Amino acid sequence: MLKIKNLHASIDGNDILRGINLEVKPGEVHAIMGPNGSGKSTLSAVIAGREDYEITEGSIEFAGEDIMELSPEERSHMGLFLSFQYPVEIPGVSVTNFLKTAINESRKGRGQEPMPAKDMLKKMREVMAVLEMDKSFMSRSINEGFSGGEKKRNEIFQMAMLEPKLAILDETDSGLDIDALRIVSNGVNKLRSEKNAFIVITHYQRLLDYIVPDFVHVLHKGKIIKSGGKELALELESKGYDWLKQEATV
Amino acid sequence: MDILEKVTNSDYKYGFYTNIESDKAPVGLNEDIIRFISAKKEEPEWMLEWRLDAFRNWLKMTEPEWAHVKYTKPNYQDICYYSAPKPKKTIDSLDEVDPELLKTFEKLGISIDEQKRLSGVAVDIVVDSVSVKTTFREKLAEMGIIFCSISDAVREYPELVKKYLGTVVPKSDNFFAALNSAVFTDGSFCYIPKGVRCPMELSTYFRINESGTGQFERTLVIADEGSYVSYLEGCTAPMRDENQLHAAVVELVALDNAEIKYSTVQNWYPGDKEGKGGVFNFVTKRGICERNAKISWTQVETGSAVTWKYPSCILKGDNSIGEFYSVAVTNNYQQADTGTKMIHLGRNTKSTIISKGICAGKSEGSYRGLVKIGPRAQNARNFSQCDSLLMGDACGSHTFPYIEIKNKTAKVEHEATTSKIGEDQLFYCNQRGIPTEEAIALIVNGYCKDVLNQLPMEFAVEAQKLLEVSLEGSVG
Ligand SMILES: Nc1ncnc2c1ncn2[C@@H]1O[C@H](COP(=O)(O)OP(=O)(O)OP(=O)(O)O)[C@@H](O)[C@H]1O
Ligand SMILES: [Mg+2]
Repeated sequence: MLKIKNLHASIDGNDILRGINLEVKPGEVHAIMGPNGSGKSTLSAVIAGREDYEITEGSIEFAGEDIMELSPEERSHMGLFLSFQYPVEIPGVSVTNFLKTAINESRKGRGQEPMPAKDMLKKMREVMAVLEMDKSFMSRSINEGFSGGEKKRNEIFQMAMLEPKLAILDETDSGLDIDALRIVSNGVNKLRSEKNAFIVITHYQRLLDYIVPDFVHVLHKGKIIKSGGKELALELESKGYDWLKQEATV
Repeated sequence: MDILEKVTNSDYKYGFYTNIESDKAPVGLNEDIIRFISAKKEEPEWMLEWRLDAFRNWLKMTEPEWAHVKYTKPNYQDICYYSAPKPKKTIDSLDEVDPELLKTFEKLGISIDEQKRLSGVAVDIVVDSVSVKTTFREKLAEMGIIFCSISDAVREYPELVKKYLGTVVPKSDNFFAALNSAVFTDGSFCYIPKGVRCPMELSTYFRINESGTGQFERTLVIADEGSYVSYLEGCTAPMRDENQLHAAVVELVALDNAEIKYSTVQNWYPGDKEGKGGVFNFVTKRGICERNAKISWTQVETGSAVTWKYPSCILKGDNSIGEFYSVAVTNNYQQADTGTKMIHLGRNTKSTIISKGICAGKSEGSYRGLVKIGPRAQNARNFSQCDSLLMGDACGSHTFPYIEIKNKTAKVEHEATTSKIGEDQLFYCNQRGIPTEEAIALIVNGYCKDVLNQLPMEFAVEAQKLLEVSLEGSVG
């Protein structure tokens, strides 16, 4: 589904990603952990096609296609979703209107007819029920004045509505209270299937108790310095990153 | 690369020219021309005298200068002050309207039939100064509502016109108002009798068509005691190389307990990408509120090369309310200097000002507003919010709030913000599958929501489309 080979990326002349290799297959969940500033958000932004970064080396393939030259919206239309670490506020644009535009633009991008309003509303109601969201969210301006946790829940809401093939969740757990974490994880798990995949970026094992990963990778200074199964996360939880950093420099 | 820097612009979509044989006055301006216009209009003597008086005043006035507006002053002797499409005969139904004209409206996306059928809008269409067709007039007449061209009103309802014309905007109010008073050729007149709620939106489409004609519309709306009316004015002009002058005057009279909602969507030709051509839009709009009366101005201004316009409210009666909701978009080399004046004279008078400026390209947008609280205006309240949204680095926005308070019990609040469409917002939208053009439209519409919400439904949709068209390609 996603194949990243020797990816190097820089911004304003600073090398941030320095040779990333990652392959994600349908049905898999990959967790990416790593210290602050190691390049996790950068990696997700580069995959999503943010233009500020310059890719200096390597390749990204998604759904069997080289996506390096594609715009962010084209990647989105192909089924790529990024849940932002810091979701952006758009004053005056309601959640409903935003989603309607997003869904119909995506459908247009794929050569499909717009989704009938009735179907959309029905689906919105269903997803909101799963995520235990209040109806009043629909008419509020997107992310404006939302609490940290509400923003994250709203990201997952959009994900569930857009039904991506590959979703990258960048620290979706941070800001969520204990109940919200369970509810949101439950929402994610409901979407898991043999056809789609997830990359979950997190600092905490807690999330991985709910969304159990098949692989855990540790990113440090723009490189994956360790990969393993779900037990690697537990090990990190108790030992921290220092032992890995040392290993990496050896 | 900074995508906000890639500034291009789409071509004006309404640039076409309708070939209707016209009946023109000779070029230039003098007392004879005014007599010609008055005679063409079959006006009574007092009207001619009124015009001549305005003209003599105008001759003594000098054209104003504005700090943030730069343009080449028109040569007033080079303009044709009267141009009327020659009607083949008197028109009773739309079938008899010049098919060329109907095609024009089609291109504008205004289907009169559609509008009549779907929304019950009564449309008084003004093409180059003469009202071609007034629809729904009879239906309105049953309720005692008068909605007709100002020329008809001068002939048919002289007492009303005589009583109110020039009472809100005196004929020597300013340079452009004086010029308009001397040479106005058409416009609309509307009277709502006591206690009547006008059951439909009254609407006029203005359009400058003939090359080299200035347009001097005169609109007078009178809402008698306890009545209500919502009036829509939409403007589009075809593409022209030389600058065209538009100096309109709108007067609103809201008597005790009456309410007038006046909405404008202005989309005149803004000039090309290099700043060549475009309409000069110098408009005087003012309303007066008697006791408990309310006037709301809502405007969406996307067109014209130069706009100079301050729809104002004189809150004369106690407890009267004035509102001003404005979206002004400038792109390329457009300049807009717009805002409002709220003059609080009566007790417990309230005013609200919401102004949203959007600047793209190399354009300049200014908000200029005056809130004046007179000595008798106990407990007057004003709230002003003036926001600017910048697209790119080459444009400029300015806010000039003037406040004069002569009564200590008054409360005046002013808030102003300037923001930019952020790369973060665009990337967020893009990531969700929304292409940049659509993302801008979405963000801009969200930004303008408080104003667009004030527009009647069918107008709001048109206004949204216009915003999209006028900003198309402003971020690439
Ligand atoms: N414009 C820039 N110029 C220079 N350095 C930058 C720029 N943008 C980001 N960086 C740096 O890139 C590095 C990676 O940032 P990134 O946001 O990807 O980290 P992260 O792993 O997501 O961290 P966190 O866990 O705190 O979210 C950081 O050191 C950051 O300071
Ligand atoms: Mg991060």
